[in-house]
Amino acid sequence: MSMSVSEIRRGLAAGKFSSVEITQDYLARIARFNPTLNCFISVTDEIALAQARTADAALAKGNAGALAGVPLAHKDLFCTEGVKTSCASRILDNFIAPYDATVIANFKRAGAVMLGKTNMDEFAMGSSNENSYYGSVANPWNTEHVPGGSSGGSAAAVAAGLAPGATGTDTGGSIRQPAALCGVTGIKPTYGRVSRYGMIAYGSSLDQGGPFARSAEDCALLLQTMSGFDARDSTSSEQPVPDFSAALGQGIEGLRIGLPKEYFADGLDGRIAAVIETAIDELRTLGADIRDISLPNTGLSIPTYYVVAMAECSSNLSRFDGVRFGYRCKNPVDLEDLYKRSRGEGFGAEVKRRIMIGTYALSAGYYDAYYLKAQQLRRMIKDDFQQAFADVDLILGPTTPEVAFRIGAKTDDPVSMYLQDIYTISLNLAGLPGMSLPVGFSDGLPVGMQLIGNYFDEAGLLNAAHCYQQVTDWHLQVPELQS
Amino acid sequence: MSDWESVIGLEIHAQLATRSKIFSGASTAFGAEPNTQACAVDLGMPGVLPVLNREAVNMAIRFGVAIDAEVDHRSVFARKNYFYPDLPKGYQISQYELPIVGKGHVFISPAEGEHLEIGITRAHLEEDAGKSIHDLFPEQTGIDLNRAGTPLLEIVSEPDMRSAKQAVAYARKIHSLVRYLEICDGNMQEGSFRCDANVSVRRKGEQKLGTRAELKNINSFRFLERAINFEIQRQINLIEDGESVVQETRLYDAERDETRSMRSKEEANDYRYFPDPDLLPVVITDADIARIRDALPELPEQKKQRYISDLGLSDYNAELLTANRETAAYFEEALGDAPDQCAQLANWILGDLAGALNKAGLDIAAAPITPAMLAQLIQRISDSTISGKIAKEVFEAMWQGEGGADDIIEARGLRQITDSGAIEALIDEVIAANPEQVEQFRAGKEKVLGFFVGQVMQQSQGKANPGQVNKILRDKLKS
Repeated sequence: MSMSVSEIRRGLAAGKFSSVEITQDYLARIARFNPTLNCFISVTDEIALAQARTADAALAKGNAGALAGVPLAHKDLFCTEGVKTSCASRILDNFIAPYDATVIANFKRAGAVMLGKTNMDEFAMGSSNENSYYGSVANPWNTEHVPGGSSGGSAAAVAAGLAPGATGTDTGGSIRQPAALCGVTGIKPTYGRVSRYGMIAYGSSLDQGGPFARSAEDCALLLQTMSGFDARDSTSSEQPVPDFSAALGQGIEGLRIGLPKEYFADGLDGRIAAVIETAIDELRTLGADIRDISLPNTGLSIPTYYVVAMAECSSNLSRFDGVRFGYRCKNPVDLEDLYKRSRGEGFGAEVKRRIMIGTYALSAGYYDAYYLKAQQLRRMIKDDFQQAFADVDLILGPTTPEVAFRIGAKTDDPVSMYLQDIYTISLNLAGLPGMSLPVGFSDGLPVGMQLIGNYFDEAGLLNAAHCYQQVTDWHLQVPELQS
Repeated sequence: MSDWESVIGLEIHAQLATRSKIFSGASTAFGAEPNTQACAVDLGMPGVLPVLNREAVNMAIRFGVAIDAEVDHRSVFARKNYFYPDLPKGYQISQYELPIVGKGHVFISPAEGEHLEIGITRAHLEEDAGKSIHDLFPEQTGIDLNRAGTPLLEIVSEPDMRSAKQAVAYARKIHSLVRYLEICDGNMQEGSFRCDANVSVRRKGEQKLGTRAELKNINSFRFLERAINFEIQRQINLIEDGESVVQETRLYDAERDETRSMRSKEEANDYRYFPDPDLLPVVITDADIARIRDALPELPEQKKQRYISDLGLSDYNAELLTANRETAAYFEEALGDAPDQCAQLANWILGDLAGALNKAGLDIAAAPITPAMLAQLIQRISDSTISGKIAKEVFEAMWQGEGGADDIIEARGLRQITDSGAIEALIDEVIAANPEQVEQFRAGKEKVLGFFVGQVMQQSQGKANPGQVNKILRDKLKS
């Protein structure tokens, strides 16, 4: 089962099958394969079937929304009214969200069906999905390997055909890196394009929601519904949202694509470099004007990111205190005990590590050296990109330095884990849109290529990716699953 | 005592009178059932985001313009991080660097003839926390988050005050100003206007500031004065006993009239301020400031100057009449009905009316005598319908709700006798009845005139016009 969102829409419109039928098919696949893959934290069968029935009725009446009847999965950090929203943390294991995130409300309005909530690294902190209270997610291409993170459950679900599309969030690469490791297409839009309201915050100035799907064409459809100004998110943009699907297929003749030399330097697995080279040749054949560029401050992006993201998360996660919702320790003796044990028992190790580092970075006497310095570096990184975009339309490189690694291989080495995000992280610091699409394999595991666009040029990214996918079939490859 | 000088600065939290909260759409009305006016944003639910209420910004700018302060074009909200059960997010959204209102100043008159300029360091916007309720449930603390997210303007003064009296005058000035500006209801009991005082002492002539204590939990001007005076004396005693003042926060206990240590500097939180990434910097244009400036009402200081120069009131009376907007409004409304009676109105409002209000514990807005009623009374004195003495009786009757001045004068027959024939008749009677005193007067004992005036007034039950009585008496006695 490897139907695309587009195919499902066409099939539903033509009456080839009903939403209830395909929803049942997906639920059956989830029941069959999820025990091995662990993509889902919650499967919302009843809601899904009810929504599917509603969608079928709307389709029959002819007043259906843009995604009516299309089953989707949502990362478990989007608040969903009446449904557990855990952020893969023990501290929210009992949390039933009292409201819908704007992204979820948009999908509901468009008539989409929610299959369930997907697994992730706890509070979106991680690059392997090993930091989940609900256990690791397995990569569908090789279940001994990680799917990437933090949106690993969503990426693996789409790769395994447990959902035709899924939502994710990307703070330092959490859509693009798992998309690359699972061989699916994923896009992180410009900061401000998608409302953050109801997305449980990790690093507020970096977080951005986006879709996973089998193709750029499908991502265009899903991103259309997710995007737009939201009065409830002061950082959401009033930039008009173009018709992403209409922008596809314009060709890339003469499109100037820059290759940052820093993205092809030491640290990149040679086999990945070779796969990317082949993809570049393909784009050149399609008429792209490939140029060498430089992003000199790339090396600063990881330390900058980890100061900014951790500082913000140390504050964002203060609300999880055992007072109003979420996990509360047993028999607290006093207020301090309530705080210490609720948080100590409720958060996992990586979350605690980041809260502590962030708290340190913001402390009196250290603020200037860390947080303020990071803000200055952030501006330099942004300036690098702005200079580059004076000469090119898109920037291209590998999404990750390696393919999916074995589960457990990096758990004792956080720095090596953090280096997984070397190519993705600077976009979040700059607020730029980026996407990852599958361009080949290495050792039987998918290789992702990253495209980076200028601000609010998601349409340009999707068009280039679509052109590539029109002449290649890497995005159509599906793993063989064992239940 | 006289060797010492105290140095005082105030931090005033004025709750802004917006209808909804500073970062959510929930209502700010006081007194609702616990937790019925707290939405998901106020509760700090996972995933929620703050959206700035621009009205709060406009109110802060209003204040800034009124104190002649710098209002920057860019202002930033910051997170102040600390854990407390009534602080739902684990941080308070406040301002740190780049507050909305920069340096400004106000003038105070702590005593007649004394004028001081008090500097205001800054005023910034922040959200209020909820309330912890410790006495409702045994062994447990209740949390009411209705107040969480209510907008506050924190107004920080320079350490420019040298006595509790000056501090109270400054606090009253700010209280008056925020009410003139209609940005705060000023209700101290409900906590809409709260004062914290930073107090230190030093020997006179010393340049360096002493170690300060911050006094909290003061909910009236009277307590502000008492708390500061207690604290000044406590610090002087400490130093004179060879000990030293420690930097700390102290709570004022009104029942015992003392301050008590709450936490020392060592125990103080490191608030880890940083710009709130959920909120964009506030952009304030010159046009925004100009629009707000143009819409400002006449401020107390301007009003006072106008009363002095245009109405010829004394500096002291002008200060008192403008000390709060309700008194000034009362005065101006009455003046509309009795435009020539400016001085008389001022005297009656600041004298008899203020006294009666004080005795009854009423605000001027709730006075049973309306401005129009008072104006009528004063007109009746001026047109000689009644004397000033009778006017006191009429005033009392109006206060008791017997109606307007004219009704009372009529009903009680208080109209002054100005018919000279009638007055002459009264005088003739008195002269005839007191031949001895007539002799005395004619012998040159002018003082006896007073006796005759008194007798005539008594006969007329106070209604004879005293001027006429005087004149006719003199003529008759001399003839």
